[in-house]
Amino acid sequence: MAALLNGKLNLTARPAPAQRPSVRTNAVALKPLPYAPDALEPHMSKATFEFHHGKHHRAYADNLNKQIAGKEWDQKDLDTIVMSSWNNGNPTPEFNNAAQVWNHEFFWESMKPNGGGEPTGPLMEAIKRDFGSFDEFKNQFKAAGMTQFGSGWAWLVTDKSGKLSISKTPNAVVPVVEGKFPILTVDVWEHAYYLDYQNRRPDFIQTFMDKLISWDAVSDRFVKATA
Amino acid sequence: MAFVLPNLPYAPDALEPYVDTTTMTIHHGKHHAAYVNNVNAALEKFPEMKSLGIVDLNKVSIWYEFSVQTENTLQHTGGGHFNHSFFWKVMTKPSNSNGPSAELKAAIDKAFGSMEAMKEKFNAAAAGRFGSGWAWLGVKPDGSLGVTSTANQDNPLQQVAEEKMIPILGLDVWEHAYYLKYQNRRPEYIAAFWNVVNWEQVNDNFKAACGGGMPAL
Repeated sequence: MAALLNGKLNLTARPAPAQRPSVRTNAVALKPLPYAPDALEPHMSKATFEFHHGKHHRAYADNLNKQIAGKEWDQKDLDTIVMSSWNNGNPTPEFNNAAQVWNHEFFWESMKPNGGGEPTGPLMEAIKRDFGSFDEFKNQFKAAGMTQFGSGWAWLVTDKSGKLSISKTPNAVVPVVEGKFPILTVDVWEHAYYLDYQNRRPDFIQTFMDKLISWDAVSDRFVKATA
Repeated sequence: MAFVLPNLPYAPDALEPYVDTTTMTIHHGKHHAAYVNNVNAALEKFPEMKSLGIVDLNKVSIWYEFSVQTENTLQHTGGGHFNHSFFWKVMTKPSNSNGPSAELKAAIDKAFGSMEAMKEKFNAAAAGRFGSGWAWLGVKPDGSLGVTSTANQDNPLQQVAEEKMIPILGLDVWEHAYYLKYQNRRPEYIAAFWNVVNWEQVNDNFKAACGGGMPAL
């Protein structure tokens, strides 16, 4: 698989984790939010973060740690655990938890206070080239999020050459297991939006695109994936 | 004839404090209503199936859709409409219900050992369904009771179901069914559900299922 180099997931780079401990611990950490839990109000409420990060994401990390305690994967990094537990499409019990830890970290980092707007530079060029226009990209990304039936995620992904496409995955599945480099995601599990939007998933995705996306983070990932 | 959204058999606050009024209002008036609209829209593409009732639509449609290789719209929307119609009826105002019939209790004891053991199995199925889905108690083809869970809006009537059965009791574990009141605490919601089970309906469902059928929805 293109994404797997020497057993390590040489993934789209994520911003340097400012708060990860420098000493390797055995457990998979619950990485703190990159901003205060009320920083994305009113588009994504503090209450949502308290549950989404403080309960859901935390539970995935806790449950993964219980599953891998004392075993081989206990000594591995998260990327490795995700790829290994995917087990070529026949996932082990660890996969749901590991992938959901990965997905949620990636999701928080896809957003920022006063986000939204438009990207610039090579990423915007690629969007215009591969979708026709930025608006058309937004239409397709929203459609993917709206039509992922049940729980899951919508993604903007790139290949190594910088060709962009949109992907949607169910439950915990992440496009890295299909050899693609995600650069943006939106969580469409109902817990991501139910307190703030109830059944109005389309409104949630629209607001996510208009007000929350950290195009800096997305561009960074694009540059590193295609380097 | 197009499907219509059935009325709730009770006021939206009837299941308080176990299922909150706002959830019942949105769950029925928005989520279920959307399934009704969407299954009617989907059937425009399969006019020959329009005369099927919702139970038969679930029993036949999935095989049909795969055989014509279309997106599984009928599975989602036909499943969603059946599941929710079924669900409202197996619930009722707490203390409005007397418990399983002697026949059902005997069948539960035979299949699971005890009522408590059945509930444990059901609760585990409900809690263990990763992502969206449903937990079910039903009558299997061999006539015995079983517990299963299904993903998304699938149900054990459908061809795609891993374990086919005629459902007699079901529980929605999509997050929309419980998030406003319980948030991440799905096990608490599952435990609360037993307070609102409409055993009279479940008894009727069981009786009909033993004869291979279901009461009219």
